[in-house]
Amino acid sequence: MIIVVCIKQVPDSTSVRINPETNTLMREGAESMVNPFDEYALELALALKDSDGAHVTVVSMGPPQATAVLREALARGADEAFLVSSRAFGGADTLATSYTLSQAILKACGGTKPDLVLFGKQAVDGDTAQVGPGVSEFLDMPLVTYVRELRVDSEAKAFSATTVMDDGEYVVEGALPAVMTVLKEAAAPRFAPLAGAMSAAKAKIAVLDEKAIAADPARIGLQGSPTKVVAIFPPPSRGGGRKMEWNGDAASIAAIVKEAIDG
Amino acid sequence: MADVPILIDAGRCVGCGKCVKGCGFGALKLVEAPGANRSGKIAEVDPSACKACSACVAACPFNAISEIKAGICGTEGIEGYRDVWVFAEQSGGKIAEVSFELLGKGLELKSQRGDGCRLCAVLLGSGITSEMTAALSSAGADVVYAVDDPKLADYEAGVYVDAVSKLIIRHKPEVLLAGATAIGRAFFARVAARVRTGLTADCTELKVVETTNKDACAAQMLLHQTRPAFGGNIMATIMTPNHRPQMATVRPKVFKKKVGVVGGRAEVVREVLDLVSPRTRIANANRNPDAVDIAAAEVLVAGGRGLKSAAAFAQLEELAKLLGGEVAASRAAVDAGWIPQCRQVGQTGKAVAPKLYLCFGISGAIQHLEGIRGADRIIAVNSDPDAPIFGMADVGIVGDALAIIPALTAELKKGRG
Repeated sequence: MIIVVCIKQVPDSTSVRINPETNTLMREGAESMVNPFDEYALELALALKDSDGAHVTVVSMGPPQATAVLREALARGADEAFLVSSRAFGGADTLATSYTLSQAILKACGGTKPDLVLFGKQAVDGDTAQVGPGVSEFLDMPLVTYVRELRVDSEAKAFSATTVMDDGEYVVEGALPAVMTVLKEAAAPRFAPLAGAMSAAKAKIAVLDEKAIAADPARIGLQGSPTKVVAIFPPPSRGGGRKMEWNGDAASIAAIVKEAIDG
Repeated sequence: MADVPILIDAGRCVGCGKCVKGCGFGALKLVEAPGANRSGKIAEVDPSACKACSACVAACPFNAISEIKAGICGTEGIEGYRDVWVFAEQSGGKIAEVSFELLGKGLELKSQRGDGCRLCAVLLGSGITSEMTAALSSAGADVVYAVDDPKLADYEAGVYVDAVSKLIIRHKPEVLLAGATAIGRAFFARVAARVRTGLTADCTELKVVETTNKDACAAQMLLHQTRPAFGGNIMATIMTPNHRPQMATVRPKVFKKKVGVVGGRAEVVREVLDLVSPRTRIANANRNPDAVDIAAAEVLVAGGRGLKSAAAFAQLEELAKLLGGEVAASRAAVDAGWIPQCRQVGQTGKAVAPKLYLCFGISGAIQHLEGIRGADRIIAVNSDPDAPIFGMADVGIVGDALAIIPALTAELKKGRG
């Protein structure tokens, strides 16, 4: 069974600071990390490697620095890693990214479709949750989103996934291959063993550019992106109101609370 | 309305000003855009002065400027696309509230667009009733496209994508909206991939900008889609100039449901489609429609890291009951395991819009603040006088949450009895 896990390097939001004078993000010095939801997807794949001997390939699209997240995945036990990177991919929106990643996944698997493609439910920088579904379209695979628990019968190539929707939980069954997006509850990420970290540091990571994945130039990067950012501006400010020190006067706070509720 | 002859990609513009010098008509200038790039400036075009000569396109070293050309997306181009569509999400015959909220926004877009634009609802299911179509009609839909097929009995992404994509090809909507729900987010992204158009997630504002581009045969309507970016600290306005339909999702409670709409005369079109078969099946459904939806609550009493324990959340529960509200939480409290994730407010939780958001021990990370922007009134208690939450709260109380919660609870009980 071949599993591909797509992982993204994102800025660590806890290290992003706001400039109090201009009220903008100070991205200088912000640390990078693996998108947290992708860690759960990776762990799910590694668990299937442990139990069923699955082959786990990790793919990340991004600048050369994104090799860091791929090395971390290798250290934890992934078998192969591919960096999808080229200047020509720059400015890609979710449609162009989905196309690029789907081409890269096929290339990474020697031109055939993998059995399972896993994504985190969304990336914490863009928060769109659109790339996993987009890739499912271009690979023409069934799509199962918000997976909380996954059971795979690797011999029968069948799966049973518990998904969390707005109105309850559903157990979804089907045949592989499939594309899934994964929730935090799906798996608790492991730490990389020291030996894994050492061999991952030396591992060679293949870089896939637009030629390697045989991409249609009209469908990648800025040119392949239907959406255009036309303006960026600060959010409407909702200034703070009055501030008071707690002095033990619960009655006046109760009055403020009641006034807010009763209008 | 003014033409928008060129597009400046704010993600690429570095504010170098080469286009300003390159323009022979004085149509470009640099405007302040803090945080957009290092210079803090981006180029802006004055549509009334622009002659669409494209000198700026050549002058820009960063490929940030492009001309709007109609019809490059496919063989048919973008002419012939019209109407505003709203995907009416239903489960077990009940139409989601967010669909009505979007129909309300759709009415605005329709009137901004004018020119014979209609508001249409798309309803998928098996056993669609006249009550369901009537509800959409009363909410202002001019047309309800109803696809009633046993294959649509349950949500399956592939079949939903097939149905909506086939309707798009058949009827060519100019704009297509859905709620950013678990269903809407997932299958809409796949629809956009199939018809190869743009999709903007989690829009907080939608607005029509009309343009009569010289390359286009007819006046075209551009949808300005505004959404928070970078954890809500910057707003980005996004357009899909050359592809149709222009697709967007909107989270529940971002737009208010319109009341007093005079509708009820929708034409119901029963669409028969040759649909693919579902490739997955639901083996077991544990529907819980009565589950608490904090997004729908009028009063929310929320706790964060400052509550320090699950026991404090039990106290919060009592306070919430007294106020007729629900308990909510920050990500820190959820990650600590004090309260389930379904009660998390913020970017990875839910956006909420209560009358009152009363929060204790929440410092106010930007991701959290983004989720409470829609609250009518925010009252915050925190021991740190510099907590960011006070920058947004209408009333801030500097003090120990663990002391104030029981005191306030006792006070409210006293008032009752």
